[in-house]
Amino acid sequence: MSNNHEVLVDVQGVDRVFRRGSEEIHVLQKLDLQVRQGEFLALMGPSGSGKSTLLNLIGGLDRPSNGSVAIGGERIDGLNDRQLAAWRARHIGLVFQFYNLLPVLNAQRNVELPLLLTSLSATQRREHAAAALDIVGLKDRNTSFPTQLSGGEQQRVGIARAIVTDPTILLCDEPTGDLDQKSGDEILSLLQALNREQGKTIIMVTHDPHASHRASRTVYLNKGRLLAENPE
Amino acid sequence: MSNWFTQVAAVTAFSLRTIAQRRGAVLATAVGVAGVAMVFVGVLSIAAGFRGTMRSSGAPDVAIILRSGADGEMTSVFDRTETQLIADAPGLARTGGTPQASAELFVIINLPSKTTGSDANVPLRGVGPAAFTVRDNVKLVAGRRFEPGRNEVIVGVGASRSSAGLEVGRKLRLGTNEWDIVGLFTAGGGSAESELWTDATVLQNAYQRGSSFQSVLARLASPETFQIFKDALTANPQLKVKVQRQTEFYEAQSGALTGFIEGIGFFIAAMMALGALFGALNTMYTAVATRVREIATLRALGFGAGPVVISVLVESLLVSIAGGAVGAAAAYVAFDGFTASTLNWQSFSQVAFAFRVTPALLLQAIFLSSFIGLLGGLFPALRAAKVPIAAALRET
Ligand SMILES: Nc1ncnc2c1ncn2[C@@H]1O[C@H](COP(=O)(O)OP(=O)(O)OP(=O)(O)O)[C@@H](O)[C@H]1O
Ligand SMILES: [Mg+2]
Repeated sequence: MSNNHEVLVDVQGVDRVFRRGSEEIHVLQKLDLQVRQGEFLALMGPSGSGKSTLLNLIGGLDRPSNGSVAIGGERIDGLNDRQLAAWRARHIGLVFQFYNLLPVLNAQRNVELPLLLTSLSATQRREHAAAALDIVGLKDRNTSFPTQLSGGEQQRVGIARAIVTDPTILLCDEPTGDLDQKSGDEILSLLQALNREQGKTIIMVTHDPHASHRASRTVYLNKGRLLAENPE
Repeated sequence: MSNWFTQVAAVTAFSLRTIAQRRGAVLATAVGVAGVAMVFVGVLSIAAGFRGTMRSSGAPDVAIILRSGADGEMTSVFDRTETQLIADAPGLARTGGTPQASAELFVIINLPSKTTGSDANVPLRGVGPAAFTVRDNVKLVAGRRFEPGRNEVIVGVGASRSSAGLEVGRKLRLGTNEWDIVGLFTAGGGSAESELWTDATVLQNAYQRGSSFQSVLARLASPETFQIFKDALTANPQLKVKVQRQTEFYEAQSGALTGFIEGIGFFIAAMMALGALFGALNTMYTAVATRVREIATLRALGFGAGPVVISVLVESLLVSIAGGAVGAAAAYVAFDGFTASTLNWQSFSQVAFAFRVTPALLLQAIFLSSFIGLLGGLFPALRAAKVPIAAALRET
């Protein structure tokens, strides 16, 4: 209890059951996970083990079938869709494997997107987005559209969009999964810098053991449970 | 809340920008709705034009008197004494002591149509000396009036437009009689423009009608004396008459035909609207399906379901209204003022009229288009709102 203020993510006894027809799929079972403020956690495990499912529960994109999810001391498993949407906008930065940038918007506008959900003025939005693009090293590509950027550059824009609201946690689902080794390394260095220099708490799903070495801690998801060691 | 409107505006702007990538389907939807609007406006402009013509045929201070039980001039008959009694009743306008009443009869003649060449029915009306004061909207635009007692006719502009050989100066052979065409007249757009006129007595002789008439048209001293006039006639035991204002008479005559045309117009438009609706539905479902990951991304970032729903509805609405406006404008250009003639089923004779694309019709077409757009966008919009965020994000 004494260091409770340091525990940012507190997942306790979480089950997540999916229904496919008459079949029940128990993806997560009685799962516990604590992540401290300022950690860079790598989440590994075989395909279909439920890594994305767990990340979605922490990010408020999904609700557990059982158990509790608390972020920064606030329970989010009981919030309704509308409350969750507002909560995500305030607390979560999402980085996707396939970037999920809006093709009709240029880099600057893509990064400004989450700021439309804040009370910032248009000028402030422009300034914040420019600063975020500067952090990811794409200051001079702000008018480029996603199709004009390489995969690595698109992912940088994706990261800029995720950090522009200064979220409580950064959730990355296989952020290097679609990139070559070199671009992937650059993205990992960027995440590492965000963690070390700005103190961002990051949870990153990855298949790549090499990537997990950049994290401060790695956990393994296997058969619905979390292990501190690679079971293989 | 201002934040909510920002969201709506932003999400709508993104979805409208993706139209360019889907322009084929979007264009097809717009064209479908344009077709509906065009047919709707086109067909109903026929009814509007016909009704307008019939309405402007009548004046509120003119009464038409038929034998009671007759449903039109065709089935009505009076002898000279009866027309005299009618003219002498109180409530009528007089010029120099003579009541302004015109005892009339008409026969149907066959004349070749200018467009098809086949014969069409045209009324040849015999009128009394007061006809030109009773129908004060009748104006000669060429030639002169017929002279009483002579085989002379004047021709309405509508009749001269739709039937061949009705030019001033020419002769008209009907059976054993030959008539001189001496004048061309307008009647304020009314149905008299579709008729030929001559002296009633001459017509009675030419067609062996003895001294019988079919109707009396009379100008009232004022619109308010109608009741006095009507009461006097119905109280007279020597007469069996039906007294109507001319406006009511024509309105009743046009009702069946305009109702029929409107029925057809609504039916065709409804069928086409159904087709366009499915087109719009299909386009919007496809739009939502192709943008499902984009929608899920927006939702994941914290955008609400409401702005997403509205963006789909707005797109559907804009595309449909744009299509509808183009269709209605095209109908206006193509049909407004387009002249045609039709059979008036009450008198079995031709009535010339112009299609009339009224502002009300255009407004109704836009309203219909928005309805198609709204309904076509509604179900796809609800589907967009229900996109399961986590599952949709996995789709690549
Ligand atoms: N919405 C859903 N409905 C039904 N089943 C689902 C749903 N989401 C996930 N699953 C199932 O849950 C299991 C875990 O999925 P999840 O995406 O979390 O795995 P993962 O560890 O992220 O896999 P990968 O490494 O391939 O991304 C899979 O069997 C998947 O098919
Ligand atoms: Mg996954």
